[in-house]
Formats: sequence, C-alpha cells, structure tokens
Amino acid sequence: MNYGDKDHASLAEKFNVDEPRVNWHDETLWWVRVKRDKAAKSLPEWELLRETASQIKNNVLSNLSEYLIQFEKEATKNGITVHWAADAKEHNEIVHSLLQKNGITQMVKSKSMLTEECHLNEYLQQQGIEVIDTDLGECIVQMRKEAPSHIVLPAIHLKKQDVSDTFHEHLHTEKGNYDPQFLTHAARLHLREKFLTRKLALTGVNFAIAETGEFVVCTNEGNADMGAHLADIHIACMGIEKLLPQRKHLSVFLRLLARSATGQPITTYSSHFKKPRKGQEMHVVLVDNGRSVQLGRKDFRNSLKCIRCAACFNTCPVYRRSGGHSYHTAIAGPIGAILAPNLDMKQYADLPFASTLCGSCSNVCPVKIDIHDQLYKWRQVLMKEGYGSTVKKMGMKGMTFTLSHPGVYRFAGSAGRWVLRNTPFIVNNKLNTWYKQRDMPEPPKESFGEWYKKNRK
Amino acid sequence: MIVALFVPCYVDQFYPQVAIASLELLEKAGVEVVYPAKQTCCGQPMANSGFEHLTNSCNELFINNFSGFDYIVCPSGSCTLHIKEHLHAEKDEEKAGEIRKRVYELTEFLTDVLKIEQLNAKFPHKVGMHQSCHGQRGLKLSQMSELTAPAFSKPGKLLKMVEGLELVELDRVDECCGFGGTFCVTEEAVSVKMGKDRVEDHIKHGAEYITGGDMSCLMHLEGILRRRKSNVQVKHIAEILNSQ
Amino acid sequence: MSSREKILQAVKSSQPDQRPLPQLQFELYNTTDAPTAFANVLSTIGGAAHFVNSYNEIEDIIRAEYTHAKRIISVCGEIKTGEAINSDIDPHLLEDVDLAIIKAHFGVAENAALWVTDALIPERVLPFITQQLAVIVKKEDIVFTMHQAYERVGDADYGFATFIAGPSKTADIEQSLVLGAHGPKTMHVFII
Repeated sequence: MNYGDKDHASLAEKFNVDEPRVNWHDETLWWVRVKRDKAAKSLPEWELLRETASQIKNNVLSNLSEYLIQFEKEATKNGITVHWAADAKEHNEIVHSLLQKNGITQMVKSKSMLTEECHLNEYLQQQGIEVIDTDLGECIVQMRKEAPSHIVLPAIHLKKQDVSDTFHEHLHTEKGNYDPQFLTHAARLHLREKFLTRKLALTGVNFAIAETGEFVVCTNEGNADMGAHLADIHIACMGIEKLLPQRKHLSVFLRLLARSATGQPITTYSSHFKKPRKGQEMHVVLVDNGRSVQLGRKDFRNSLKCIRCAACFNTCPVYRRSGGHSYHTAIAGPIGAILAPNLDMKQYADLPFASTLCGSCSNVCPVKIDIHDQLYKWRQVLMKEGYGSTVKKMGMKGMTFTLSHPGVYRFAGSAGRWVLRNTPFIVNNKLNTWYKQRDMPEPPKESFGEWYKKNRK
Repeated sequence: MIVALFVPCYVDQFYPQVAIASLELLEKAGVEVVYPAKQTCCGQPMANSGFEHLTNSCNELFINNFSGFDYIVCPSGSCTLHIKEHLHAEKDEEKAGEIRKRVYELTEFLTDVLKIEQLNAKFPHKVGMHQSCHGQRGLKLSQMSELTAPAFSKPGKLLKMVEGLELVELDRVDECCGFGGTFCVTEEAVSVKMGKDRVEDHIKHGAEYITGGDMSCLMHLEGILRRRKSNVQVKHIAEILNSQ
Repeated sequence: MSSREKILQAVKSSQPDQRPLPQLQFELYNTTDAPTAFANVLSTIGGAAHFVNSYNEIEDIIRAEYTHAKRIISVCGEIKTGEAINSDIDPHLLEDVDLAIIKAHFGVAENAALWVTDALIPERVLPFITQQLAVIVKKEDIVFTMHQAYERVGDADYGFATFIAGPSKTADIEQSLVLGAHGPKTMHVFII
C-alpha cells in the first residue's frame, strides 16, 4: 500500500472525517479490550504470568545466538531445513527460490506479519507467483488491495457492507447480503479449493523452541493447518526473536497470548510442528531484518519481546481513533511505533509522536514491554539525530530560552499571557490549531505569581 | 515542615485560582508553604517533544528554585511525574536526586504524607473524576484498569470526604483525554476526538463538573465543553477540596 | 561471510548480559472439578461436552446427533460407526469428510483445549478438514492448567501435535463470531 509522504497526523485527520465510523472503530476495539480485561482478571496469577513471560523473554534475548544455534541443530535433526535471511530481500528470495526449484507458481499463505514487513506478496507477484492469503481478514484486504490495519484483526477498519461489496465483486456473492455468516461461508468455499490445490503453504510462527527444534502456530480459523497439512512444501517464516528456550515455557505464553489478544482462553488451534509429514518438505526461514540492530539498542531492545498479541493496539486511545493505516507501516499501533523507527528513522520519525504517552499499552503488554517509555526515548533519539522539522526545533529553542530565564518569562506572561503564544500547542506557529475545535481558556486578570506578591508575605 | 509550592506554568498564567486553592489547602493543614517566585516550567513540553537535551538550563533553574525544602508539592500529576523521572543536572546531580525524591503531587501529598482523614469541604454537586494518565499510570495515584490488582484511589478517597459531593461512575474509568502536551496540536484531529469522547462519558452519566488533578487535561476538556456551549464545568480537584 | 554467520555474529555482539530463566511456579486456584470446569469453558467457546459412561453411549449420541453426516471417519478403535483410515492415505481424499471421531491424550480445564498428537490421527489434516469434529477424552485425563498440560507432554516425541479448543472460528467481519471458518463447524467432546 502506498501512503505517499503522508504522516500519521494527516492520515489520522483523514480517518476522522467520518466520525460515526471512528466511533464504531473505537467502540469495537474497546470491546476487545474489555474482553481482554475480563479474561485477565479471571486469573489471579495474571500479573505473575506477565512477569514470568517477561523474564523468559529477557533470558531469550540474552542468549539469542546460542538458542538460534540450538534451534537450528534440533530442527535439522527433525528433518526441517533451516534458512537464514539477513534482510527482507534475502527472505523473499529464499521463498522464491523454493517455489522456483519445485516449479510452483501458486501458493497459500496464512497470517505472518513478518511477510508483511518484508513485502513478500508484492515481491512474489512481480515474479509471477500467485499468493492467496487464507486468513479471512487478510483475504478480504488482499482482494481490496489494502494492507491489514491490525495484526490480529486485519480487516477491522471495514464494515460488513464493505466486505459484502468486495465479495460480490471477487466471489460473485449475492449483492447486498451483509450477513457475516453468509460472507464467511462464501470465503470458506473459495479458500477450500485453494487449500486442496496449492502445493506450497507458507505460515508464520508464534513460538519456536530451541530445546526441541519445533515451532508453534496459533490460529482460530485453522487456515495454517489446512494449508500446511495439504501442501507438499511447508515454509514457516519467523523473526529470530520468536524463540523460547524450552517446550514447557509454552504454557506461560499460550496462557497469555489469546487472553491478551481477544479475551479467549486459548486460540482454537495451537499447532506444534516438529517434523515434516511423510513425503513432505518443511522449511524454516530465520529472519533478522534489523532485529540484531534493535537488540544492540539498550533502550529499545526489549521491544523484541513482543508476541504480536495486539493488546496495545486495542487499548490505545490513539490507535482506536486513527486506524491502522495511519501508521503507514506493516505493524501499526504503539508497538509498531517503537519497532518502525529502527527500520527507517526518517520515514517513521512521526510515529513515536502519535501517542499521548498515556501508558495503557505498557500495562496490557503480556511481556511487559515499556512501550510508552520507549516512545518517549525514541522522540529524544529522533530529534537529536535531526529528524524533526527545523521549524519545530526553532520553536522549541525559543521556548527553552524563555522558560529558563525567569525575567523573560514574567515579561512575556504579563505582556498578554505568554502562554497563548508560546506553549506547546502553538509550535509551528499554527496559532489556530487549538482553536479549530476548542475554545481558549479565558485569561485571568492576574497570574498566580502576581496574586501571591499581593496576598502573601 | 516547609513545603515549596511548584505551580505549573499554565496554571500560573491561566488558572491562578487552582494555585491559590492548593496553597490554602496546604496552609489549612498546618503546613508552612513557600512559593519560589523565580520558577517557570518543569521543561516537560520540550522533553516530550524530543528535546530533553535542550532542557539543561531549565533543569538548573528548577534545582536552584526548589533545593533545600522538605517537600515540593505540585497540583499536577504530569509536571510532578516529569520532575520525578527526568530532572537531572550534570553539575548538581545530588541535588536533582533529592528533588526527585521530595516532589509530590498534591493529592498524594495530602493522603500519604499529611495523612488527611477528614476535610472541612462542601461541594453539593455531581462530579465526574478524570484521571490524568501521568498522575494515575505514572505516579500510581489510583489503580489502573488494565491490571489485575486491588482497587484504590488517592484523589477518590479525598473527594469522598467532601460533603454533598456525588461521584458519578464512568464507562471508561481511566481513558486518556487526548491532551498529551504538544500532541493536542500536532495530532489535532485525534486529540479533539479523544476529548469529545471523554466529555461525552461524563455528560452521559450526569456530571455537573469534571474534576481532575491536572489542569492541562481539564483545559483541553473545557475548550471542548465551551465550544459545544455545554453547562458542564471543569474544576481542579484542589478547588473542590478547598470549597466551603 | 554467509548470512548465517553474519546474523549470529551481529546477535552475539548485541545481546545483553545473561539473564536467568524464572521458575515456573503457579498456584492452582481453581481445583474444584476439572471435567466440569472443562465442560463449562467448552460451552463458552462454541463446543459442547457430553459426560458418558461407555463407548456405546457415544455411538448412540453420534447416531442421534449427526443424522446428516454422509462420510464418517473414526480413528478410535472403540467406535465402530464410520470408516477407518490408515496413514498412507492422500490427505486430499479427506475433503468430503463430514464427521471425524478422534481421541485426545488429555484435556485442559482452564481453556477446554485437547492435546492431540499424530499418534492419534493417521493424517494430520483430519481434525481440520472435517466438517464436524468429535473428540473422546477420559475423565481422569483432564488437567487444570497449561502448566500441568506441558508437564504431561514432557519431552514426548511427535512429528505434529496440537491443542484443539472448540470449533474453527473467525470474527474478522465486524467482530461477529462465526463458527466454521475453514475447519469444523461444530465440536463435541465426549468425556468418558
């Protein structure tokens, strides 16, 4: 999807033109947050689970190279072929080479945010490969030539009328039939045919176990299993941070993942792939694509603990009212805003500012990533490295000067309520931005400082 | 006990009544209060915009103004949190550390240090409590809705001591109002939408007043209330706790 | 240098100081009755549980419940209804299965998940491709939590294993829950 050179604020403004739709988006995702709260609060040990998960992931990051080697060794022993991709390009080429080698031009794919990050679909399409996304939400956005707007609920920006129109166009379903049951059934029939005829299936990976060389894929729909168990070749693509030390650690993460994501006690399917079935090839692609760089950034490395549950999306008051596409990157929301600048500071300099730093994201995070603190820290890095606009910087320097010189501050204040001209909401000299939809406070006759001088001492 | 009153810059300039109420509340509790006259701002607007590295002179000034007191009390969760988390100084790191330890938000100072158990205050109105995020999630003034943990609320406890005050329940007890410092203009559309939704929750539940510990949030909500010509008013919690 | 070496080297030089693994110690909070808890949770995720005393009882329920099922496959020796399959069948030939009857090693009360490995299903795709799924689990094989579940799994070897919790589902259209996304539209669990 091409977002042009638009930033979060302008894309969010566009999203806000249709206020009833924003209300719907906000309320729907809030409802998911409420379900998450209910599930979390049904377990007295919830906070201990979060802490344990966080510590396991800390251990993973501190031993990552060793765990990667161990995983490779065990997986190979199990008959899985392990590939290493330094970046998105290499990842895409590995997948393409496996297709080419086997003379395959059509494939099915279940949800993998990594392949979104690597823009695999676009790449393969350019090579003449047909890729069918089989997760219902992803299938819908793929038909519409859009990107997923949410990592767990890819089509959450769409209403059933939109889906109905899309299916009418692509699957020739009855026009004006908006029933989700009917629409889902139409997709089921359409995708079943794909599962039965495609020779190669690609899936993502939720967790991979260093100790056993197996990997786990979680879905509610069963699309990863339908694809993988019917195809001759199964490719599983994973970021290198997806490892867990031991199988028993899955107990912690499977208790947290679905409860955090949707409020379910567990996803319908948590499938453990250890060996290829008879006659099948199984491949795992381990992808770095900036992760080792992020691992080296002390303040930001623990963003790699993320298990992609999207709880931070659902709780984020900004995400709920700006939509996933306003983040103009594969992974939106608060976690996306701390991951994206690692990949490209210039392109994503706006994202750490797309937050009020309210901190709700850090509280729902099942692995305790300090998301809002990292947003703050990214702001410091980005401005120091010069990715802020010059105008903004000049305004800030002026403000610093004023605020660090009491004499100037007093003078400016009494000379017509200094704040009106220089406080944060007037950066960039857009004097009317506050006033567009909000009244200004009424300036009082005297400041507290002036009152104090007269009334005390 | 000598307490220095730290008044946020926008309160000084726009809402002097909030600082006056804070001062009087502390005085009524028998505390000796000093207002360091040369104070300006904590530097948060710059820091939250990514310019923490330009706040050095601001920090030095803050340290000069607020060193040597038993406590520093501020009627703002946000400014208090900023000082607690980000006040540093190359020259006087020890002094900065002392200040970070001694700075308190007003309501937590009343409940935790002064251990106020009763107030001589009266406010016979239906009031909605807006939890500012920095006060609540940053300073942990109230339990956060995301956590599986026992409920408590320091400002809520104080409001319950006010005669005649009826606290209304909200659908979303601690949703952000969308002020967010520079966010309120750099992300104007989302900021305003968040503010409108927050106001709506209070109005829906019959609040006559919206109160809170941060005038910045309330200024944003007031701007939205006034624009829609609503009768609902905002009032800082210090004003309510100090009302007769 | 190969990408493998490049990545491993970069990771090694970036990874932080050693952090210890935590103990997995979780109290059991709800230990009243695991099978009943299992059945209650299952009903909230779209499945249905039947408490039975014998395999005959299961056969009776299956005959009454699945009157429209044309092709039934049973990979559970005690259930004679339906055809048996062996492990060299082409999985694509299972596309028209209406009902699959399988066994699970054990169930988990906290989330109504059932642990099934390829030792219990001759073809991996069977519990996914079937239109309806029936699973048999012994009453004494229901544990409370996922921690106990993985203690039970231990270091078992398998090629494929899965936790199945309820029928296949999606809520990708306006968050409206629809049962039967790609896999089974119903799931009945027989607790024997």
